[in-house]
Amino acid sequence: MFCDVCKSKEATVFLTQIVEGKMQKVNLCEGCSKEKGVNDPTGFALADLLLGLGAAQEIDKNPAGNRCPVCGFSQADFKKTGRLGCSACYDAFAEGLSGMLKNMHRGSVHTGKVPAKLRVGRLRNKELSELQASLQKAVQEEQFEEAATLRDRIRKLEEESYAETALTQESTEVNRIAAVAQSSASSVIAEADEASKKLGVPKPRKNS
Amino acid sequence: MKLSRIIANTGEWLSGSGPHDQIVVSSRVRLARNLKGKPFPGWAKKAERVAVLEEVRTAVEQLPEMEESFSEKLDDLSALEKQVLVERHLISREHAAKGAGSAVVMNTAQTLSFMINEEDHLRMQAIRAGLQLDQVFAMINQADSELEDSLDFAFHNDLGYLTACPTNVGTGMRASAMMHLPGLVMSEQVNKIINSVNKIGLAVRGLHGEGTEAMGNLFQVSNQTTLGETEEEIIGRLNKVIFQILEHEQNARQILLQQRAETLLDQIGRAYGILCHAHSITSKEALNLLSFIKMGVDLGLFPSNNRLHVDELFIETQPAHLQKGLQVTKLGAEERDSLRAALIRAKLKQMPEPEIGKIPTNGSTTTSNTSETSEES
Repeated sequence: MFCDVCKSKEATVFLTQIVEGKMQKVNLCEGCSKEKGVNDPTGFALADLLLGLGAAQEIDKNPAGNRCPVCGFSQADFKKTGRLGCSACYDAFAEGLSGMLKNMHRGSVHTGKVPAKLRVGRLRNKELSELQASLQKAVQEEQFEEAATLRDRIRKLEEESYAETALTQESTEVNRIAAVAQSSASSVIAEADEASKKLGVPKPRKNS
Repeated sequence: MKLSRIIANTGEWLSGSGPHDQIVVSSRVRLARNLKGKPFPGWAKKAERVAVLEEVRTAVEQLPEMEESFSEKLDDLSALEKQVLVERHLISREHAAKGAGSAVVMNTAQTLSFMINEEDHLRMQAIRAGLQLDQVFAMINQADSELEDSLDFAFHNDLGYLTACPTNVGTGMRASAMMHLPGLVMSEQVNKIINSVNKIGLAVRGLHGEGTEAMGNLFQVSNQTTLGETEEEIIGRLNKVIFQILEHEQNARQILLQQRAETLLDQIGRAYGILCHAHSITSKEALNLLSFIKMGVDLGLFPSNNRLHVDELFIETQPAHLQKGLQVTKLGAEERDSLRAALIRAKLKQMPEPEIGKIPTNGSTTTSNTSETSEES
């Protein structure tokens, strides 16, 4: 039997893996098995990974660096303790962690509770991006009256967002998203302004 | 309030009642939270841990539900006091091992407890008797929402609540029920159940959680995963499985009654005999025998007003509880074993012998009707 990878040498390493109830068999020669890292004499890397213990090997893949820039935690520390150093480690080691989290949990995105402070920001961002999409569509379809209304609502939301950021220290992540949303919105708004000028649609009404 | 005053009373989860509390001893939900921008306790320097402790402890003590509470730094508690809290499931074994920079805050009813600087900055739990995961979740969820006003928790847009261990990320929630399953153990079905529960992403563990032995036929069923589902979905899934296990346990007891009544009576009778007359007994043996007595109460072999005595013995015979009333230095294992035997003898004195006539023996008229009435719902 030949190696599944190089297809030239005799396979000596047989790997059987059960993935979501289906059995997968891989036959490798010694050279290829070393290259793929399946010749680990302890042989438990796979099982460890599935059980969430071998995270250290996963993190090894992270090319960005071996340490968290915020707390200085290293992948070796993780290997030793199975715990991370600080919340920023989740971003620092994101690449390696994502595969591990996928194996460990039933999904990769949190769908549960959100702290109230962040809930408003998250909802507003969602609304903003929806409004922007509608605005773009309205401009394309030359529905300028509607575009003007949408533009006003976007401006109002943005003002709220600014006011709140000044008051409370929102999470940097939320701010970053808001900033991206705003910059993309302003170009669309400029476009809408331009178009409404041409057609003589009145400027935003204060009492609307 | 002093700890001795709190532990003089058994907690609500032991003395109180709740749905299906014959088989589901208690329900518990814990949430893991960390402060934004602060290193996790395991990686933080002592000064950082102390600063987090002060901030979190102040916030927790000000919660309206913690008006009557006990709050103490772990290095101000004796080893024995910490062990008492572990035996009552109010702090974890890991937390008990912590010294400077860690603390515990709990209410007097012992339904809410907050571990500060365990593996995460804050681990808070609600525990009550019987099967009521929804209610305990509501309790702890409210405390969490109230704490948000004064504490900024580390939260990631995609990953949710961030925790020191990636196995808790997302909801940071571990919901569990402690189940008493002597029927499934006796009929050798429990391993089958454990395996099938493990396959669907839930865990079955021993008395004190991860890595502990199942003693006294007590098992903890809990969720394994925390990311990708809402808190309600996780609890819903867990509830369904707990109900199934509950049903299997009831069925197993019925089948034992109908097909192996002699064995069952023999086990209960022997347990009663040993417990009433032993002069030295280890905590493991005591728990395993008490489990049969507890089942005997469920089956009506003992008067039901003995239930609390038996349930209390599960906790009172644990090593630290045995010694808590005594003003002595740590007892040796042998001294504990004889003290334990004396305590059990004294408590069981009030309890009459099992009434064999109360259950239908092998081959007699075991209609489904009588078996249903003996199995209290």
